[in-house]
Amino acid sequence: MNARVKAFAPHWGSRLAWVAALVYVVFAASTLQVSWERVQQGGPQAAKLLSRMWPPNMAPDKLDLISSGMLESLQIAVIASFVGVVLSLPLGLMAARNLAPSLLATAARVAIALCRSFHPVIVSILFVKAVGFGALAGVLALIVSSMGFVGKLFAEVLEELDEKQVEAVRATGAGFLAVLIMGVMPQVYARFIGLAAYQFDSNLRNSTMVGIVGGGGIGAALFTAYQRFDYDVVMTILVLTIALIMLSEALSMGLKRVFR
Amino acid sequence: MRRWSRFSPAERAARTAFYALSLAALVWSLKRIEIIPEFLYDAPEQTADLFKRMWPFDWKFYPAAIHASLIETFHIATLGTLLALILAVPLSFLAARNFTRSPLLNWMAHFIFVSSRSVNSLIWALLFVAIFGPGALAGVLSIACRSVGFVGKLFGEALEEAKRGPVEALVACGAPRTLVVVKGYWPQVEPAFWSVALLRWDINIRESAVLGLVGAGGIGVALDAAMNNLYWDQVGLCLAVIFAVVLTTELVTHSIRSRIL
Repeated sequence: MNARVKAFAPHWGSRLAWVAALVYVVFAASTLQVSWERVQQGGPQAAKLLSRMWPPNMAPDKLDLISSGMLESLQIAVIASFVGVVLSLPLGLMAARNLAPSLLATAARVAIALCRSFHPVIVSILFVKAVGFGALAGVLALIVSSMGFVGKLFAEVLEELDEKQVEAVRATGAGFLAVLIMGVMPQVYARFIGLAAYQFDSNLRNSTMVGIVGGGGIGAALFTAYQRFDYDVVMTILVLTIALIMLSEALSMGLKRVFR
Repeated sequence: MRRWSRFSPAERAARTAFYALSLAALVWSLKRIEIIPEFLYDAPEQTADLFKRMWPFDWKFYPAAIHASLIETFHIATLGTLLALILAVPLSFLAARNFTRSPLLNWMAHFIFVSSRSVNSLIWALLFVAIFGPGALAGVLSIACRSVGFVGKLFGEALEEAKRGPVEALVACGAPRTLVVVKGYWPQVEPAFWSVALLRWDINIRESAVLGLVGAGGIGVALDAAMNNLYWDQVGLCLAVIFAVVLTTELVTHSIRSRIL
């Protein structure tokens, strides 16, 4: 007789799943063609890359180009966040199952899923074809992704709503709009601003990228510099982009404190 | 008579300042942004043309190029997430103030997280393509580097919220540090760990679909080739496949989440 008593019976299904996962990882890693040779080459390559990146290129003509690109990225992010967040307000309302009729909620959910499923860079490929090269394509692409993200999370926030306040307002005989403004919005407004701030951060990051496919902003300059091996210019752009993103992150932290 | 108001004057001033600032930013952006109106005249025709050229899809392109790169995308996202988890877990223990009582180490871990998150995965991909050459390896590394900050931040926050009771009980009976981690912290943060891992994997599937645009492997390579050739029927098929994959991923993560959490 076995003297040891196990507290939990071994779960063979989950053990099998772990083994399968391990086999998959080994197989997938083997397809990467990682070889010792490649790693050995990678080291000096990385050193060369870093040495060519330093010092960052600060020539005035480059800085002019870069600053105009950065400003365009910022403008894209501002406009796209504003329009996207404003549009996602009704979209989120329509997708909330406790507030909207179920047919409408389903339709809105499908729209949100469509907006969310593509990376902004892919969406901007389509808009570049539709409205041509330039900032407008980037703005439209980021509007789409903002609607997807804020719409989804705002709908989730709305579904966690406290019904008591809504009922209290409704009991006074308020109409639908008054219920929204007095019963719903005060509960969710702070969360909504938080979502909007997060989306602005995310839009700022992506607005530096849509330029790779022609959507305007600093991305075009970055990609051109990269393809011409002007790695010192790449470095300048990277440092400035990171600084801009950190600044906006600090800003949104302060914002959350104001709207707590 | 007392007047009741929801916000203090300082709060109200801060809110007004925020509204004014964002309005000013919006007006400035709208004034300065360069939009070429000539391009807009034929936008409806261009859009119609886009869809006309996309349909019907070029189904032969699927076995020719998409299928292999689709599998590669899946590998990149999964291996990248795994690598990120391996790197991020020790770092999040360093970042958690209740586990590591050294502000310097906390700060260093947080610094790594912030720098990992502020570089876009496409930029990470550019760097790794320059180092290791084009291919899936660069994709895996860039996904991992971008995800470390995300996973580390969220998992570190979960660790900081862990209750002290079980941990102190283990310490009091003389358990070594590894056992404190395994029996004191891990059972408390395990659901958070899996939820963060699933969330990031879901995001990484989407992100790894674009890495190919800069040469880091995956379905983006097929998309880029189709786009450069202006074969919109192939582009359309790529997009449809990406949409299907993303939808499937979302369903899978949703069902796993509801089963294990």
